[in-house]
Amino acid sequence: MKVTQSQPAILLLEDGTVFRGNALGKIGTSGGEICFNTGMTGYQEIYTDPSYFGQVIVNTTSHIGNYGVVNELEEESASVKIAGMVCNEFSPIHSRKTADESLQEYFEKAGIVGISGIDTRQVVRHIREKGVMNCIISSEILDIEALKAELAKVPPMEGLELSSQVCTQEPYFLGEEGAEKKVAVLDLGVKKSILSNLTDRGCYLKVFPAKTSFAEMEAWAPDGYFISNGPGDPAVMPYAVATVKEIVENEKPTFGICLGHQILAQASGLSTYKMKNGHRGLNHPVKNLITGLSEITSQNHGFAVRMEELEANPSVELTHINLNDKTVEGLRRVDKPAFSVQHHPEASPGPHDSRYLFDSFVEML
Amino acid sequence: MPKDTSIKSVLIIGSGPIIIGQACEFDYSGSQAARSLREEGIEVILINSNPATIMTDPLNADHVYLKPLEKKSIIEILEKHKVDAVLPTMGGQTALNLAIDCDAAGIWEKYGVRIIGVDINAIETTEDREKFRLKMLEIGVGVCKGRTARSFLEGKEIAQETGFPLVIRPSFTLGGTGGGFVNEPKDFDAALNKGLHASPTHEVLVEQSIMGWKEYELELLRDNLGNVIIICSIENFDPMGIHTGDSITVAPAMTLPDTVYQKMRDMAIKMMNAIGKFAGGCNVQFALNPDNDDIIAIEINPRVSRSSALASKATGYPIAKIAAKMAIGYNLDELTNAITGSTSAFFEPALDYVIVKVPRWNFDKFHGADKSLGLQMKSVGEAMGIGRNFQEALQKACQSLEIKRNGLGADGKGLRDQDAIMKSLANPSWNRLFHIYDAFKMGISFKTIRNATKIDKWFLYQVEDLVRVENELEKYTLQSVPKALLEEAKHKGFADRQIAYALRCLESEVHDLRTSHGITRVYKCVDTCAAEFEAKTPYFYSSFSQGSETLDNESVATDKKKVIVLGSGPNRIGQGIEFDYSCVHGILAAKEAGYEAIMINSNPETVSTDFDIADKLYFEPVFWEHVYDIIQHEKPEGVIVQLGGQTALKLAEKLSKYGIKIIGTSFEALDLAEDRGAFSTLLKENDIPYPRFGVCEDADNAVELGRQLGYPLLVRPSYVLGGQSMKIVINEQELEQHVVDILRDIPGNKILLDHFLENAIEAEADAICDGEDVYIIGIMEHIEPAGIHSGDSHSVLPPFDLSENVIRQIEEHTRKIAVALQTKGLINIQFAVKDEVVYIIEANPRASRTVPFICKAYQEPYVNYATKVMLGAKLKDFNFAPKKNGWAIKIPVFSFNKFPNVNMELGPEMKSTGEAIYFIDSLKDEFFRKVYSERNLYLSK
Repeated sequence: MKVTQSQPAILLLEDGTVFRGNALGKIGTSGGEICFNTGMTGYQEIYTDPSYFGQVIVNTTSHIGNYGVVNELEEESASVKIAGMVCNEFSPIHSRKTADESLQEYFEKAGIVGISGIDTRQVVRHIREKGVMNCIISSEILDIEALKAELAKVPPMEGLELSSQVCTQEPYFLGEEGAEKKVAVLDLGVKKSILSNLTDRGCYLKVFPAKTSFAEMEAWAPDGYFISNGPGDPAVMPYAVATVKEIVENEKPTFGICLGHQILAQASGLSTYKMKNGHRGLNHPVKNLITGLSEITSQNHGFAVRMEELEANPSVELTHINLNDKTVEGLRRVDKPAFSVQHHPEASPGPHDSRYLFDSFVEML
Repeated sequence: MPKDTSIKSVLIIGSGPIIIGQACEFDYSGSQAARSLREEGIEVILINSNPATIMTDPLNADHVYLKPLEKKSIIEILEKHKVDAVLPTMGGQTALNLAIDCDAAGIWEKYGVRIIGVDINAIETTEDREKFRLKMLEIGVGVCKGRTARSFLEGKEIAQETGFPLVIRPSFTLGGTGGGFVNEPKDFDAALNKGLHASPTHEVLVEQSIMGWKEYELELLRDNLGNVIIICSIENFDPMGIHTGDSITVAPAMTLPDTVYQKMRDMAIKMMNAIGKFAGGCNVQFALNPDNDDIIAIEINPRVSRSSALASKATGYPIAKIAAKMAIGYNLDELTNAITGSTSAFFEPALDYVIVKVPRWNFDKFHGADKSLGLQMKSVGEAMGIGRNFQEALQKACQSLEIKRNGLGADGKGLRDQDAIMKSLANPSWNRLFHIYDAFKMGISFKTIRNATKIDKWFLYQVEDLVRVENELEKYTLQSVPKALLEEAKHKGFADRQIAYALRCLESEVHDLRTSHGITRVYKCVDTCAAEFEAKTPYFYSSFSQGSETLDNESVATDKKKVIVLGSGPNRIGQGIEFDYSCVHGILAAKEAGYEAIMINSNPETVSTDFDIADKLYFEPVFWEHVYDIIQHEKPEGVIVQLGGQTALKLAEKLSKYGIKIIGTSFEALDLAEDRGAFSTLLKENDIPYPRFGVCEDADNAVELGRQLGYPLLVRPSYVLGGQSMKIVINEQELEQHVVDILRDIPGNKILLDHFLENAIEAEADAICDGEDVYIIGIMEHIEPAGIHSGDSHSVLPPFDLSENVIRQIEEHTRKIAVALQTKGLINIQFAVKDEVVYIIEANPRASRTVPFICKAYQEPYVNYATKVMLGAKLKDFNFAPKKNGWAIKIPVFSFNKFPNVNMELGPEMKSTGEAIYFIDSLKDEFFRKVYSERNLYLSK
């Protein structure tokens, strides 16, 4: 089989650390917040997940690209959302009869810049120690000083509002029109598999842009509300917090995931903080404190809800906890029919252990 | 639920002697489980008939019973001890079957013993193919078309319904014994007949063949609450059609998209939940249709398996330890990940490296055996390589195999006959992987190779790419090779020796060149979490840094005094679990003596590679380059080579040459013992008799020598273990033929000819020597006559009918030889006794196969003492107090039933795969009388 020799590329971290590897995807320059994902499968789902918007993903699994890409089926949104990709081995060939194309072709079309041939374990150990930071990948600017100047232009994730950039710009409908249950989705950067988990359970959805007012959504007369996942800092989204406050006051069943969870928490009087490294992987242990059972979850978040505030707040109950670092993984309102989880019950990629949460939501409607 | 406090004592059942299909992985799981229970304050009672195991050591259990694995022994134990629960899932199929037998006989019920870790009904559902099939259909999991036949007629009917090709799987057999593929109707009757006879219940499953589909395995753990985690996904390099124990396997799965993997995960959990509610481990196998990603279930094993041991070593997750904790009531969310020491045990390991397991076969020991691979497992051991990519892991596994190759390719040993290669690709045997390489090297097209092997193209590409690297290297010399190419070759796992072959220079020159370029190994940690959390466990593998100027070395060398113990590599006949037993004790003794003890080994089935045995574990090939690089990094005081069998021993010369200290008996002494001429001079000087012998280098020489020495003759190459290629010949024609055979296999080897003492009694002694004093730890007399390899003989400890005069000679000779060789550590000497004269057959200044047997029989930690002697202690520092009652018999156990065409013939070349111990109080013992009366039965050549 023929392999084309790749060009050199550089990964530069905000603290000045330099890694040299081979270019992949588009030849170009791209920067963002560097974060690692420890999942061993599901790269295409990760790259198309809107929550990763503005981030450079380090895939820690040793080989990437082995099974190519499948359009639609394994995409979490209509386009690749990541700012860049760093990996150890980038497979020059792929093996899957049903694949549409190679990851290289897919990235080229999507204009994604990446780098391979990097000791990703070294990168992870570095950012595990130093904490999360920005980075830049380039296969065209190979001069470090020039690249530093480019890196300086990448905005910090903290204080960044991104939902309104990645969400739908116009409301749209999904599911069977005559379905028994109608759910309004507040799109802060929603993943396709969340929507399909709802439609699969017989919901008819209307997906609204992030900055839609409560009144506009309520005018559709939904049976319940879903607050989606999405990218960026939850602390700078007062518009969404205000909307969700109104939703919750309205007493209709409400379910939030990831960023949606952080927004619901804020709407309930809690605040969020930026974690040192965040949780990104397919193997995070979460215990459901209501049932006593545990679940392996798919996670992707750099911010979290403050545990001490939650414990002190009588209107909120802790429902899920992370067994590794004891952070908040889920909560519910004691006084309202609203609940949310920090992890991703829709998975995609990841284990399906938490999909029961969609059942719980649909039952509430 | 926290710990169940009603369980205060647990009986663990071991797996008995090593046989094909059930190897030392169960020593690993059993000993880990026993330690796990003891740290909870539970009294552990253990039964296993295999004396070579670590699990049967007093350090693992409160009460050890080295008894036959039968109901009688269980009753005996239950009469003596209050046992609250039995844990039968750590000892493979043998332990499960015994637990089922006892259950059927009402033994557990009678003594109030609970069965933990498994559900008897679950075993029946999984072992009975028809019940399994129906259960899967009930829960909506796809399975192969077909059903169970209880008669010949029924079998024929099913074949008619299913069509060909199909597969026959007998129920309740181990390692797929008696099963097979049938491609055409004409072969069906014979295969069906064989299958029905192989099954103890005379039932076989006749089903659709899914040869060529991709094969996967998942390892599951479930607690009492029903929380389930997948420890590892394993993908087979070889597609369906080859037993998973005989397949090259890879973790994590390399070619599975998340959607398909999650579907498989959901199915596995559903399957485990459907078969029962027990807390413990489970292994599920799947086949995947590469055309449309359809998945069907192949089988489910509700116990710790060979794959669980591999999964534990592959991920760092201690499956047996956690399974044991769950069996006594703990739930996963209450336990801690022992590797990180801080995070939860309820999680799924994330790997940022690749492991490749390559099986090790021993067809050379079974002349006339069917060497093709299929549904029945035939390999005797395995090696695992860990690398940052598939190629590096594959090369490391190949470098670990002990088959005189330097890895995959680039060693001049490739096959160049196109027809032979193509035949091998389509009819896999032990060497197919190597022939795939050869095929690419010859330029056979990718498509042809793919069609012949049905191996996934991603894997084939990896091999093709290695060939490309070798071809690239061949264009250069040591002087002209570009740094980038050298870097690439090292990154892809090529050994310096392979690169040297391609560049036509010396291994040391490649080593020097790459070191001068800064291409040096770094050590990475196996941490279960892809570096997300800090790990506390010093479990390392090597790789080459990429992309950064700073070398990120996670194994920090301390300034403590330290010693490296070299392990014994993959199990094979002649070098099995006995050597791992010695290595483990060597490590523990070195720790006690205040050393930082470092282990190097590549066998995933072993206790020595358990994450909490050594102070530091390097899971690396016991191959010169890897060993040397670790020595360079760690700078130990020295290296112990005498515990890890021939694998370790054969590195002694090079270590010595490089000025690295060998702890214990020196290389010169090891070499002297192997050098027949020099050793005979030593014997002569000490007035010790030995059979007439001579050394020759070719057939002409041999014939001449044969005339002088007189027939029969014992013919063997030098520097081998387990009597490899050793044969008794009775005339010139046989002699000539065998000499030619040896020189073909081992060119340039010196061949030893001994006059064979017919009808002599064989005996052996093991001793510890500190250079001055000698302590004989045991003398054994073989029941079979001299001429049958000691490993294949029943040996009796102490001797049963040797005269005092003979024993005195054995003791004197042993003392003299040990001192003359300046032995520091262990020595084993073999004797032939004829007409009251004791002749020396050979002396080996190293841990022998019989040392663990003596340790168990006399209940003394001799390897511990010997290791301390190597490190400088004197024999007089120890109080020897062996417990001598009656006799202990070491029973050889064979796996001939895996090779139906091979006759059981015994001779100087070892054939047995395992051993059992049996104690007798009197020489009137029925078993002893029987063996004694049959002692001459199998002697052939």
